[in-house]
Order: sequence, then C-alpha cells, then structure tokens
Amino acid sequence: MNLTILIGIIAVLVVYVIATYNSFVVLATRIKEAFSGIDVQLKRRTDLIPNLVSTVKGYAKHEKSVFENVTKARSSLMKAETVTEKSKANNMLTESLKSLFAVAENYPELKANTNFQDLQRQLEDTEDKIAYSRQFYNSNVLDYNTKIKVFPSNLLAGVFKFTEQLFFEAGKAERENVKVDFES
Amino acid sequence: MNIYKAIASNKIKTIVFIFLFIVFFSLIFYLIGYSVGNPKFYFLFGLFLSIVSGFGSYFYSDKYILFLTKAFPALKTEYFDYYTVAENLAIGSGVPKPKLYVIESSAMNAFATGRNPKNSIICVTSGLLKKLDRTEIEAVISHELSHIQNYDILIASIVSVLAGTLIIAVDFISRGWIYESRLDRENRNFSYLKIIILLLVFIVTPIVASLIQLAISRKREFLADANGVLLTRYPEGLAQALEKISSDPNPLKSVSMATSHLFISNPLKNKQLSSKLSRLFSTHPPIIERIKILRQM
Repeated sequence: MNLTILIGIIAVLVVYVIATYNSFVVLATRIKEAFSGIDVQLKRRTDLIPNLVSTVKGYAKHEKSVFENVTKARSSLMKAETVTEKSKANNMLTESLKSLFAVAENYPELKANTNFQDLQRQLEDTEDKIAYSRQFYNSNVLDYNTKIKVFPSNLLAGVFKFTEQLFFEAGKAERENVKVDFES
Repeated sequence: MNIYKAIASNKIKTIVFIFLFIVFFSLIFYLIGYSVGNPKFYFLFGLFLSIVSGFGSYFYSDKYILFLTKAFPALKTEYFDYYTVAENLAIGSGVPKPKLYVIESSAMNAFATGRNPKNSIICVTSGLLKKLDRTEIEAVISHELSHIQNYDILIASIVSVLAGTLIIAVDFISRGWIYESRLDRENRNFSYLKIIILLLVFIVTPIVASLIQLAISRKREFLADANGVLLTRYPEGLAQALEKISSDPNPLKSVSMATSHLFISNPLKNKQLSSKLSRLFSTHPPIIERIKILRQM
C-alpha cells in the first residue's frame, strides 16, 4: 500500500520535472527565434547604409566626420554578437544616423533627391521593424525570466542551469521618442 | 477573459455553431418537406446542404467574404503605410503577416477574416487609409490583428457564411413557395398549415441569424481593443481612429446583414433602428464606450 503511494508520488514528480524542463526549452527557443527576428532587421539596416552614405556623399563631400561615424557604427554592429553588444551598437548607429540626417537638412538638393527620400523611408521603416521585433523579443524574455524565477520552477531552473536572459535595450533617443505630446 | 480563454472559447463555439447550424438547417427543411408532403427527401437534402456548407465555410469563408465585399489585394508600393504597419505589427506579435486587401469605398471601415493566424486576411477601405494618419492606421490594424490572434476571425467568418446561406436558402424557398401557393389558390386547394410554417420560417430565421451574430460580437471588440493597444502601446491612437471612424457619415455599400459583424465599426449605419432597440440588437458595442475605456488606459 505504502509502496504504491510512494511510486505514485515519484511518478507525479517525474512528470512535473519533464514538463517544466520542456517548458524551459520551449521558452528559450522562442527567445532565440525572436532574436533572429531582430537580426534580420538589423541586417537590413546595415545593408541600407552604404547606399545612403554614397548618396549623401554626392551632395555633401565635406562632412567627413559624419560619414566616418556612421561607417564605424555600422561595422561594429556587423561584428557584434551578444544581445548587449548588438543593442549597444544599434543605438550607436541610431545616434550617428541622426547626425547624418541633420547634416542632410542643410542640403536642399539632397533632400529633393528621390533616391535619398526612398532610402530615408526604408530606413525609417526598418527602424520601426527593429522596434517591434525588439518588443516581441523582450516579451518572450519576460515570459522566460518569470518562469525561471517563480517557485517551484526556479528550483529546477537552478538544477538544469537555465539562467536569466537579458532584454534588448532601447537607446536613450528611442525611449524619448515614445513621449506623447498632449498639448497639440 | 484573456487571450487563451478567448481562443479556446472561440474554437469550441465554432464547433458548436456548425453543429447547431446543421441541426437547425435540416429541421427547417424537414418542416418544409412536411408541409409539402415529402419530409424525408427535404430533410436529407437539408442535411446534405448544411454539412457541405458547414465544412466548406471552414476552408473557404475568407475567399467568399472577399468576393462579397469586392476586395482587392494591397500592394506595398501603392499602400506603403498600410503594408509596412501590418508587417511591423505582425513582427511585434510574432504571427505571420496576414494577406492584405483593400475595398474601394469612401466609407471608413476594416475587418479581418480567415480560419487561423496562418490563413488570415485583413481588409480595409480606401477611405480609411486616406483619412487616417499612420499611427491611427497602425491602431486599427493592431485591433484587427488581435481578432486574428484570438481566433475571433474563425467563428465570425463561419457565422457570416452560414448565416448568409441560411438567409439565402429561406429567401429562395419562400419565394418559390409564394408562387406555388398562388397556383394552389387557383385550384382552391389552400393549406393553412403551409402559411403558418411559411410565416414561422420567414420570421424566425432572420431573428435566429441576428441572435447568432449578437452572441459572438460585442465583448470581443473590447478584448481586441485592449490587446491591440498592448501591441502598439498607444491607446490614444485607437481612440482617435475610432472617433474619426464613428463621425464619418459614409456607409459601406457592399455589406449585408451576414457580414456586418466582421467590421471594426458597424457598417450598416443607415439601417440602424431607434437608439435603444439598435443597442439591443447591435453587433457592436457603442463606439463612445470603447473610446472612453481606451482613454482610461
């Protein structure tokens, strides 16, 4: 009698451990997939930049430091591998592009160039997509982190070495963009 | 109610609804057959027809609805904002991008259809795209995308097709019948039973059809609003879009009773009854209420 109860308890525990372990794996895989979603958009962004730089150069040759900054930020984004590196490099690129577009403001002919307008639109679109894929990634990270921190699954997370994942941080400038103007 | 409960309840509702539809449809045909004097044949015919349309509606409801509303596919070059916003929101919620369609109309409206997130469609009017700015379009699309994620589209599309089938079938039969009974009267062989059943079918069916529409709409609009805002993180965008949509006077012409509940705001503006009654029978919660809730988020 006692033996059957013991076997029953052990069976329940085994099932629980398997189910929890599998849910960790599922959530971790989702994070990976979401991260590759960000990667696709980051890649698209880096692909657009050489074209943009050469277009702007055609009108504003003397703004060397701006181009250097953009190119530098681009190559560091391409080299980045971890989440933190990538988010940092991406934010750097955002900053450098901002100064590039600020420079472009001074050249009316450049602003009228349809190729430039098209590139600007595509870049804006890519930035939106980065923001959304980051949101999706972060919500997956949140699910996973919650799962490995709440009791009792945190015990198993420790045993199987599932560690907390990092969020993909938005840049300072992008966070400011969210601010809503209620005056207008 | 959260999204997981909504998905489960929508799937169950769909099965129950198809089942009830088959029962109801065959029953009507049985009654008709009874009054004509050939119940078995009519019953089997009704059963066959309802099973075919019930399962057909699962796979083809989206195409049928697109055909009814005369929608055409949206291209990225022509509708850049609409297209990219939908792409972005699909990325943000981790679902495949729905196929995008446009209805040529000055009215402002939108709907989603399909059977699951992989086979889904979003459709908006050209008037909506013209009169709303990018943030507002984004809010509307996020609302529609939530309908897709909640599987509201499944039950709603099936109801559209089946309610439509029911209405058409009853219409078809009762017309033929009036003609027949006219002939009967000439023969002085007039059956009261026929008239009663005819009236019953005539009156009951549209009521049942609209009750079904009621059962599935309303609450899910609030849930889709909330989930949509969770995605865009900007309730004011949807509030503004709804304000503009509700103050727009143009009705959407290619909409019938069978498809009206699909839309983000009730497209049958002109056909609305007096306010209290229309609230009771409306397929949509009052927009003012939705805006109020959004502004409190």
